[in-house]
Amino acid sequence: MSKAETTIEVRDLTKYYGDFQALRGISFDVHRGEIVGFLGPNGAGKSTTMKILTCYMAATTGTAKVMNIDVTTDSIAVRARIGYLPESVPLYDQMVVFDYLDHLAELRGVPSSKREAAVTHAVEVCGLGPVVAKKIDELSKGYRQRVGLAQALVHSPDVLILDEPTSGLDPNQIVDIRELIRSIGKEKTVLLSTHILQEIEVLCDRVILINGGTVVADGNFDELYAAYPAAERNLEKLFRLLTASTGAPKAVAPKAAAPADAGKYLPPESSAAPSTESSES
Amino acid sequence: MNPILSIAKRELRASFTSVTAYIVIALFLLIAGGLFWLEIFNAASTELSMRTFFTRAPFFLAFFAPAISMGLLAEEQRSKTLELLMTLPVTDTQVVVGKFLAALTLLAIVLGATLPYPISLASIGDLDWGPIIGGYVGLLFLGAAYLSVGVLVSSLTRDQMVAILVSFFCCFLLNTFGELASHTDGTVAQVLRFISTSGHFENVSRGVIDTRDLLYYLTIVLLSLSGASIVLSRRRW
Repeated sequence: MSKAETTIEVRDLTKYYGDFQALRGISFDVHRGEIVGFLGPNGAGKSTTMKILTCYMAATTGTAKVMNIDVTTDSIAVRARIGYLPESVPLYDQMVVFDYLDHLAELRGVPSSKREAAVTHAVEVCGLGPVVAKKIDELSKGYRQRVGLAQALVHSPDVLILDEPTSGLDPNQIVDIRELIRSIGKEKTVLLSTHILQEIEVLCDRVILINGGTVVADGNFDELYAAYPAAERNLEKLFRLLTASTGAPKAVAPKAAAPADAGKYLPPESSAAPSTESSES
Repeated sequence: MNPILSIAKRELRASFTSVTAYIVIALFLLIAGGLFWLEIFNAASTELSMRTFFTRAPFFLAFFAPAISMGLLAEEQRSKTLELLMTLPVTDTQVVVGKFLAALTLLAIVLGATLPYPISLASIGDLDWGPIIGGYVGLLFLGAAYLSVGVLVSSLTRDQMVAILVSFFCCFLLNTFGELASHTDGTVAQVLRFISTSGHFENVSRGVIDTRDLLYYLTIVLLSLSGASIVLSRRRW
């Protein structure tokens, strides 16, 4: 693994939102061919780190490089190499699925001669065939999520950054999407965040666990379990051990630590907010 | 295709798949048609012209331009698609200009829909096309100025209602500054008259296309769009 090309390089990132310090010096590397699970309680800084990597916002201090390009000095070049699925799936409801993907492929610089093939491929791998001619606002939650994923990979980027890619999907769809991510991860780099620990276990080569804006653990499963024997080779116990007991800053603790964690291990409830929509498909 | 055109095309198509574009066109045609007929059936009028239309139109544009521009960036923020747009390999300026061009195209379509008026006038008599063409060019430039202000306001909020009200306020102010200051002649009054859009439109509506007036409109467009672009960048850095 150490020989592989470093595709994401993060050094000492800090981020302040006003007075609140969301990131307190985060550093990690990700290599080509790796699927890395980005794990941590709500408010730990996962999304913030992803937003910095995708050039949506700037870090207060520290550097981040993607494909060895700095996100602040040459942000356009970084953005051209990234596929990003934000936590709230960004869709134009009035557009037809195909047009939406075609539009994004165009904006992502896919040349017009290859665009149809690229869109068709994305439609195929994300299982969007049945809805490709439908308007996005007619789609079920699961399809919307997959359209979001399709736009992130339509230009076959070097680095895929996915913020909770399987939220709102049913178990079959989850298996399909995992399969897809796994196949992409063979040649590319995938950094994904999720609250479903089991997903990390089956999908990821490595885990980066953050809490309160710092990296509290980083390694493959064997390394982590060796370092924390108290976790008894159980990711859930490891998660609790490293994030629930200590160190959570005051601003995060009340809303994230205890109550949110309790529900997190029950997949149906973990997607509680969007589930109101999921019935009308 | 250029990303600017791609963004403009999407935006324009979106306004025609929702009802907004149709409502804007219908309302504008209703009012423009009213103005036009008033003039034709005005017993006192003996000449064939569209002067009333062109003197009143700026005021209505101050209403309609914000209706066209209100959603441009506000809606992207509300639906969280701005996060996507800002992480694409597209500059903030390209986003802003693309949006602006979409709005300008819609305005051109709206203005184009009033062309049957002068054409029908020309069929009943000898119409002087100079002021008509000048008037349309002037309306387009004036509309561009109002729309650019609308784009700037739309970049500042996620609420379309706030966007339309604030840009309406700004456009209305730009439109009436001149009249408010028309009875005095101090420096402030002169500055206000210069900033106001109405003074610059007078010449144009008489068929005189003065480059200074056009430059004035282009300056407003440039300043507003740069402002909107800076607002987007500030969000990022």
